[in-house]
Amino acid sequence: MATLEIKDLHVEIDGKEILKGVNLSISTNEVHAIMGPNGTGKSTLASAIMGHPKYEVTQGEVLLDGENVLEMEVDERAKAGLFLAMQYPSEIAGVTNADFLRSAINARREEGDEISLMKFIRELDKTMEFLEMPEEMGQRYLNEGFSGGEKKRNEILQLMMIKPTFAILDEIDSGLDIDALKVVSKGINEMRGEGFGCLMITHYQRLLNYITPDHVHVMMQGKVVKSGGAELAQRLEADGYDWIKQELGIEEETVEAEA
Amino acid sequence: MTVETKLALSAEEVRSFSQSNNEPAWFADFRADALAKAAELALPTPDKTNITKWNFTEFPKHTVESAAYASLDSLPAEVAALIDVEGQQNLYIQRNNTPAFSKVSEELKAKGVIFTDIQTAVREHSDLVQKYFMTTAVKVDEHKLAAYHAALVNGGVFVYVPRNVIVEEPLQVVFVNDDTEASLFNHVLVVAEESSSVTYVETYVSTIEESKGLANIIAEVVVKDNAQVVFGAVDVLAKGFTTYVNRRANIARDGKIEWALGLMNDSDTISENISHLIGDGSVADTKTVVVGRGTQKQNFTTEVRHWGKNSDGQILKHGVMKDGAQSIFNGIGKIEHGATKANAEQESRVLMLSDKARGDANPILLIDEDDVTAGHAASVGRVDPIQLYYLMSRGISKAEAERLVIHGFLAPVVTNLPIEGVKKQLTEVIERKVR
Repeated sequence: MATLEIKDLHVEIDGKEILKGVNLSISTNEVHAIMGPNGTGKSTLASAIMGHPKYEVTQGEVLLDGENVLEMEVDERAKAGLFLAMQYPSEIAGVTNADFLRSAINARREEGDEISLMKFIRELDKTMEFLEMPEEMGQRYLNEGFSGGEKKRNEILQLMMIKPTFAILDEIDSGLDIDALKVVSKGINEMRGEGFGCLMITHYQRLLNYITPDHVHVMMQGKVVKSGGAELAQRLEADGYDWIKQELGIEEETVEAEA
Repeated sequence: MTVETKLALSAEEVRSFSQSNNEPAWFADFRADALAKAAELALPTPDKTNITKWNFTEFPKHTVESAAYASLDSLPAEVAALIDVEGQQNLYIQRNNTPAFSKVSEELKAKGVIFTDIQTAVREHSDLVQKYFMTTAVKVDEHKLAAYHAALVNGGVFVYVPRNVIVEEPLQVVFVNDDTEASLFNHVLVVAEESSSVTYVETYVSTIEESKGLANIIAEVVVKDNAQVVFGAVDVLAKGFTTYVNRRANIARDGKIEWALGLMNDSDTISENISHLIGDGSVADTKTVVVGRGTQKQNFTTEVRHWGKNSDGQILKHGVMKDGAQSIFNGIGKIEHGATKANAEQESRVLMLSDKARGDANPILLIDEDDVTAGHAASVGRVDPIQLYYLMSRGISKAEAERLVIHGFLAPVVTNLPIEGVKKQLTEVIERKVR
């Protein structure tokens, strides 16, 4: 079993503090959902863990099996087992989806032990079929001209090909129609198991109808303010966030308002 | 024959060179006349680069003698890598100034296609050459360098494709430079008659570290009604050359030219690529990629000029600048009065890999007609840190991520080159230059 522990994480962007002491622990074989209204720091958490260049960690640590990933370069974090499905994946012209994926897989392997082209193609074809992606998407340039739904599906394709220990999914459901949402969920559910832990960030409860979380956390004002099981998500769906705010004496949930 | 001089040749020397090549009288006169013009005419004035102090006239030798290649087995490795020795049916190799190997399929000969060195063409296809040589696309009296080129032409290729003839396989040309004293006044003339189609791919490859010579290169492409020409070029000339390279096409009604130019010289270079869309419905698709390094100074002008109605011009230019290299990228879409419904699009992007490098994307739209569409995009910047972050977040190292982004940025020309060996070589040259 592997664990990802976030301890007292404080993060700034352009000198403004967004995360104000986040604590969270995730193990493999678990799916966690982070919910919360807009502007409460959810996506900042995802980006800071992965090492986005614009976010500055000012305090705290993120431990992957006891090792602080915050001291690693972005690619080292990935090789240590982290994966972030991004809300807005970059478009890279001139680099085909397939070439990129093969580079990503080989980056994890020793020189001389690269994945054989045949094996790679077999696996790629199989996974694309599973995600109902047309074959030509392998030869298209990475995310270039992809629709929103295609980009999200492509993130899940990468997830399934790379097989990380921990995946963070940043609003993987935003802007998806129901068919695409079903496919994306199918991919994530396929990954669930002994060697895989997942942190899903969303502000729509709908995603959780397709992927049942083991733990649900609510973020407000740059902190995790409430945690529970799947039933917490259902209560949020029924009653919204106001009862939590009342319970904790929070008037305005966003980071900006509190600062 | 070898003419040794430190300065420009005299009229007598030019005539004597012409005679030694058994050129027809009209060509000897043409050379002598051009030489007189060269003395008077001014240099061209590429926008934003002052070339008045560049040496375009002095060279160690006008022509050097090189041995021909007895067979393809005797090619140097850099050249052999470009060629599919078994598969390539139509091939011309020039070594410095010497026609060194030539192969044309019987099928093309039977169809009346001419694919030969320019010296032979002037002798054996005198009328055709006279009709098109610097009469249609590039004019001899445009400026000093055009006239000087005309006077001193010492190599090149003539391609003639008769009406309705479709040349399926690409014609491949390799200009090998392995003599430090060689100067290249190569003239390439491609004439595609009505409804014909041809793909021509040339490579300039220096196997020497540094040259003392000049390169004054002109390629003219005449695209007749409804004809299609794909013109691919990869230039990898050594540093030390002063290079002027002018590639120009005239496109008649419903004709189409596609340029795929990988301009990878290590020399100071002035490159001009102009497509004149003369006929209605004519099309020019221009793709250029460039890598500058060291202390190179370069100027790349790409222009599509619209005269015909419904003509369509596309310009794509991507440049990578490293070390202390300086480059100007002029992209010009010009729509003349009367060219209604013309469409002029261009995209110029420069990627800077060093603080000391300079790159200037200079998009220009000149429109003298109301009923047209036009657009341009230009940018100069560094490798996007967010793109690097995205790639690195998948485990790819920073160096490899940068490599992927740069190769992707230069891919538009690589993917458009129709000969596998040339494609591979361009990829390798890019790899070597950006490292």
